[in-house]
Amino acid sequence: MRLEDKLYLNRYQPDKHPHLRIKDREVCRHCDGRPCTYICPARVYTWNEKEERIETAYEGCLECGTCRYGCAHDNIDWRYPRGGFGIMHKYG
Amino acid sequence: MLKFEVVIVGAGPAGLAAAYTLAKAGVEVAVFERGDHPGAKNLMGGVLYRQPTEEVLPGFYREAPLERPVVEQRLWILTEDDALTLGYRSRAFAGEPYNAFTVFRSRFDRWFGQKVVEAGALLITETVVEDLLWENGRVVGVRTGRPQGDVRAEAVILAEGVNSLLTQKAGLKKGGLQTHELAVAVKEVLALPKEKIEDRFGLEEGQGCTIELLGEATLGMMGVGFIYTNKDTLSVGVGVLLSHLVRRRLNPNDVLEHLKNHPSVRKFLAGAQPKEYLAHLIPEGGFRSIPKLYGPGLLVAGDAAMLVNGIHREGSNLALISGKLAAETLLEVRTRGGYHEKNLSRYREKLEKSFVLQDLRKYQNTSLFFNENPQFFTLYPRLLSLAAREFLTVDSVPKREKQRKIWQIITSHRSRWKLAQDLFRLWRVLG
Repeated sequence: MRLEDKLYLNRYQPDKHPHLRIKDREVCRHCDGRPCTYICPARVYTWNEKEERIETAYEGCLECGTCRYGCAHDNIDWRYPRGGFGIMHKYG
Repeated sequence: MLKFEVVIVGAGPAGLAAAYTLAKAGVEVAVFERGDHPGAKNLMGGVLYRQPTEEVLPGFYREAPLERPVVEQRLWILTEDDALTLGYRSRAFAGEPYNAFTVFRSRFDRWFGQKVVEAGALLITETVVEDLLWENGRVVGVRTGRPQGDVRAEAVILAEGVNSLLTQKAGLKKGGLQTHELAVAVKEVLALPKEKIEDRFGLEEGQGCTIELLGEATLGMMGVGFIYTNKDTLSVGVGVLLSHLVRRRLNPNDVLEHLKNHPSVRKFLAGAQPKEYLAHLIPEGGFRSIPKLYGPGLLVAGDAAMLVNGIHREGSNLALISGKLAAETLLEVRTRGGYHEKNLSRYREKLEKSFVLQDLRKYQNTSLFFNENPQFFTLYPRLLSLAAREFLTVDSVPKREKQRKIWQIITSHRSRWKLAQDLFRLWRVLG
């Protein structure tokens, strides 16, 4: 089963305001390995080769915080989604 | 401005245990939860222990939403092709007073939240606490994400979970959290009819089991895989140390898929329908990672305090007990001088006297040890399996020769000296 299909099983209350923000895009351009692009369980972060920037699909975020601590440059401004928004665990 | 005697951040096991204890004693207490109900953001593998839960909620298992009582625990050590298995089953675990249950946090915590409200606490959901309010060097409340959202309190308990933004901001966890102190866990819930679950796992009606999986289950990274039986679902997951994941450049979902497709695992999951896929961090740093647990008008409990015993798969019980002890500390000092820092240091003393810090102190070197000795997750599972295969293969080779051969295989991978050293050190950190 593909990851996208797994995320589709989940219940989300989507927020228009992204709760994840790259602090300094220049840092990502020189980042070695870009751990955020593989450690995230929801694969929220992808590297856009053409635009040379990290794309952030925050809507699928599982709110675990892995990216916040896995980013060696502490370059992700990680907040909780606003109250009531984001993932809503059916089972948990 | 809203005002309470005590404000609790987070409606997980720690926060709810604290709120329940305080409300029962008649304290004006409010719990803030960012999800739309307690449990909406909470996750664990799924084992809840009966005795510590009863320390807070006597008789809970007669009415709480539970999945199955755990009558058997199994340990599987995997290599690519095989599995060495070990287990313990007891009838004593199948009936009252029970030892443990599989649960879903979203359901259990919602029920627990209702109990807390019935006890007299105010539960405020869909509200993120964004900051602590300080005055004259002490905490005097919290700032929530709501308009005019400041709330005053004489004491605040941070039970915000592993992603302890406020604990870190308050300077109680110097240097923040490091990748070797955290495991990333991902979990899938898979639906399977209950008869099939009972047939496949060899269970009596309504009974449950847990399987922990080591070795190839985590591709040799420090961590553990798990399969837990629920009523009509299975919880399947894997947790690995974040530092190892970063080093190996792996995605947690790929590690989980690898485990699900292992030849010894996949037949247990065949035909099961995926229902949910979630992720959570687990504090794995142990005793050495514990933040300062108190400040002026401030206490920290549960995952935010890094109170997890990874060796014994215990976390929710440490959260419940730390929440309860935090509440009891507040009850003690409120009539004896108030919530200043020196008084609140009694919380640490209470934790030291309980199993919580005694156990974490006992295992204080394990997380560093396993981080520096990956052979316990890579080489040793392989050697154990090679030894077992050789031992069980009947091929007309005399047994004495077989034993010699097994010993040769082992010592060709790890010298006698290293073996002795590993064993001795393992005994030192675990014994």
